[in-house]
Amino acid sequence: MDWLALSPEEWVAVRLSLKVALWATFASMPVGLATAWLLARREFWGKSLLNGIVHLPLVLPPVVTGYLLLLGFGRKGPAGAFLEDYFGIVFSFRWTGAALACAVMGFPLMVRAMRLSLEAIDRRLEAAASTLGASPLLVFLTVTLPLALPGVIAGMILMFARAMGEFGATITFVSNIPGETQTLPAAIYTFTQVPGGDAGALRLTLVAIVISLAALLVSEALAYRATRAVAA
Amino acid sequence: MTLLVDIRHRLGEFALDAAFESAGRLTALFGPSGSGKTSLINIVGGLIRPREGRVVTDGRILVDTAAGVHVPAHRRRVGYVFQDARLFPHLSVRSNLNYGRRFAPRADRRADFGAVVEMLDIGHLLARGPGSLSGGEKQRVAIGRALLADPHLILMDEPLASLDEARKAEIMPYIERLRDEAKVPIVYVSHSVAEVARLATDIAVLEHGRLAAFGPTAGILARLDLLSGDEAAEGGTVLEMELRQQDRAFAMSILRSPAGEIRIPRIGLPLGSRVRVRLRARDVMIATERPQGISALNILSGTVESLAAVSDNTVDVRLDCGGEPVVARITRLSTERLKLAAGQPVFAIVKTVSVDTAGAAPPL
Repeated sequence: MDWLALSPEEWVAVRLSLKVALWATFASMPVGLATAWLLARREFWGKSLLNGIVHLPLVLPPVVTGYLLLLGFGRKGPAGAFLEDYFGIVFSFRWTGAALACAVMGFPLMVRAMRLSLEAIDRRLEAAASTLGASPLLVFLTVTLPLALPGVIAGMILMFARAMGEFGATITFVSNIPGETQTLPAAIYTFTQVPGGDAGALRLTLVAIVISLAALLVSEALAYRATRAVAA
Repeated sequence: MTLLVDIRHRLGEFALDAAFESAGRLTALFGPSGSGKTSLINIVGGLIRPREGRVVTDGRILVDTAAGVHVPAHRRRVGYVFQDARLFPHLSVRSNLNYGRRFAPRADRRADFGAVVEMLDIGHLLARGPGSLSGGEKQRVAIGRALLADPHLILMDEPLASLDEARKAEIMPYIERLRDEAKVPIVYVSHSVAEVARLATDIAVLEHGRLAAFGPTAGILARLDLLSGDEAAEGGTVLEMELRQQDRAFAMSILRSPAGEIRIPRIGLPLGSRVRVRLRARDVMIATERPQGISALNILSGTVESLAAVSDNTVDVRLDCGGEPVVARITRLSTERLKLAAGQPVFAIVKTVSVDTAGAAPPL
């Protein structure tokens, strides 16, 4: 069974992938929820445009998205230069850039799941909460969010899964640097490009299957608990 | 405690225009569906912003469009009981009840959790989720939730409409206790004469978005012209009577008011209790002489106040019995035969009385 043991380099890729995916998931969650809320609840000028932009990564080739990120968030890009000058945040050729690419690619899936669950909420319950003295923010925190929780969790799991598998946009934006931007899919790809890399590719493939399956099971369990809490 | 409403509002083709000032403990907004009752109560509750007008409770301005005032719903301190209960499905009954408490200012927390739970008989439900409750239980929890928010005004939008007769009978006594014990004025939307006659102290009648009449319950219910269709058959008068005597031999109770004496099947209340009695206009007959040899027990004497034709064969005769109004709905043929005219002394024979014993107030 020795061939199943991961080499230190492979562990690095697995850990990096998990870090990138978790950061992408949790850092984009507030933005995703706010966007989903805007799309579900508000009418404003440019709503269809916002909706289109949010969904763009779903229909664009990932390489195109990655290239656009490179143009915008690279060191010379307008957003990249601004963030580096004022906040010291650098995306290009760093793991942070991989997380950004994953977040952008998973964003439409996350927003969609959250928006559907927000739209399914009975608004009359929110009106009832406001007559009981809850301010709009408290209505959101005590009624809207708990009722939307299954959808919020589903959105985050979708984002996580997408981030674990992201390849095209990441490799285009931040390249394939072992230990910094070489996530699991990139590592598998690299193994397949060198002679004798089959065993490594297979090991990482198994790891990818295990992580994805675990994420799926966790999401099912959380959604089950959340719906039971709502139905009880 | 007064509630002043003076608003004009437009919803598409529908125009709402109503003004009244009520000092009653339970003011009913009464009218057929589509008359604007729910819009009106939603304006009072802050869920709809009226185009123009004022809403003031006890000197507290909730809406004054001229001054640009519109207090948001969560700062109005109203307890709203909706037709569909609207319990929070993700919270237990106990958490639902406590929901509004956290938002009430500390100095204002008067409602006692235990007392409210006991009054509404919901102690055994506290640990359950709203999904497992019956319609009547849900509505009781909704009433408790509104009460525990320590509101300055309770709004009820057809709280009984989605329940069957048995469940209605189950809830009504709780609303009566609320009216008589809670010291918080109630605004109650309904299209049911039976509910309004039993619960209301004052009635605002709405028709096509306009206020058709406003006044104390007895006076409004006596005006059958305000009731439409099926509800007209339910119309009549309400007498506040006092339990004077128990006739143990025949198992009857004797009630008294300025209008006279009424005997009803025995009710188990202490002497002196005040009981609300409803006389449906269609259950009242008229005789020009005191009838003899008749099985009806309840005969009130009075004078004819006015006659109003309802249709080409039916007339409502308004009587003054010791200063209290009683209405009889009889045929036009009978009025001609008896030669009824205003000022004439007559006797009203009451065939059936409906008594709201559950609403009985303790002796003064």
